[in-house]
Amino acid sequence: MRPPQPRGEISAALIGALTTTSPGEGPLPAAGAADPYGDDLQLALYLCYELHYRGVAGVSDDWEWDPRLLRLRGELEKLFLTALRADVPTGAGAAAALEELVLEPRDGRGVSHFLCGSGELWQLREYAAHRSLYQLKEADPHAWMIPRLTGRAKAALVAVEYDEFGAGRAERVHARLFADLMRDLGLDDTYGRYLDAAPASTLATVNLMSLFGLHRALRGALAGHFATVESLSPPASRRLVRAMERLDAGPAAVRFYAEHVEADAVHEQLVRHDVVGDLLRREPGLAGDVEFGIAATRRLDERFEADLLAAWQARRSSLLIPLTD
Amino acid sequence: MPGGPAERPATRVRRDPGGPLLIEGPVEVELPDGSLVRSDRPVVALCMCGRSGIPPWCDTSHRGRRA
Repeated sequence: MRPPQPRGEISAALIGALTTTSPGEGPLPAAGAADPYGDDLQLALYLCYELHYRGVAGVSDDWEWDPRLLRLRGELEKLFLTALRADVPTGAGAAAALEELVLEPRDGRGVSHFLCGSGELWQLREYAAHRSLYQLKEADPHAWMIPRLTGRAKAALVAVEYDEFGAGRAERVHARLFADLMRDLGLDDTYGRYLDAAPASTLATVNLMSLFGLHRALRGALAGHFATVESLSPPASRRLVRAMERLDAGPAAVRFYAEHVEADAVHEQLVRHDVVGDLLRREPGLAGDVEFGIAATRRLDERFEADLLAAWQARRSSLLIPLTD
Repeated sequence: MPGGPAERPATRVRRDPGGPLLIEGPVEVELPDGSLVRSDRPVVALCMCGRSGIPPWCDTSHRGRRA
């Protein structure tokens, strides 16, 4: 992935340090009182996290564990997490939050409903560009949960992850299926290609899972995140299959969502009952974190979808850099 | 019964109340017309509600609606 364009003082100073100095040299910025959901903080955090995934072209791999970079990351995370804890409603309990995940809304108004009913091809392509930030590393952050689980929860999580990673077949890895979808839609499937085009609300959805994944203390929240993703996916994927078919998006584009209808109907069962269920039997004190993980995931997804729908209703691009054909 | 033949390992399935039947894969399902469909997933969810759009697999069509 190439270094992104800066979006403010913090991200500019961070990109400058990463690309022009070695770990331990020159100054790094402080997080100060940056807007927790703003472009500058979300991009800086995204960049800190990317060092743990595939790294950044021209940036030393040693930055990943540089103590000063970790301090900056910690400050950014604290601002983000504090805002989420204040803004996200909890209190009904983990069981109620899990149950709510598998109830369909009576009048769904999300992006998948819109794309299914009246979406146009340019909107479908924009949606895929946004989602590419996560889908090209689909299920990677949840693999960080493996060493933190034991027994039934671990076995079930690994069964789901094995399926996500193609069950031993490279051409069936879900991230690869998404790359195939992108090419069907005429998009560039290079990892990180659309980072500069992705607004803060898109980055926040990915930063949330990296935050939960990299901190063992947040393992309950990560389990809640995974349960949310897997539970909400099948109905949304059904609608996206219809959108892809209606707009003639191509066989790989249809296949990606068709695969997710079938696979996630299984994953939902395993993650809710076996991963989260067993984790909470062993560590009942994590129930509040599971509920928080579910609520935070839903809140950030809703913000992301609201931004897309608002842009599309105004007939403008939802990306910071509109796609070219 | 003591000294009897060893018990054959049973296939264990699990029913989600109101939802699918979960069974360890790979699974082959013989459809009413005699054709076979196969799933190689580690765990397979079989539709029990009859509403799935991708039978015999579950597609979560059994789910209820929010009040």
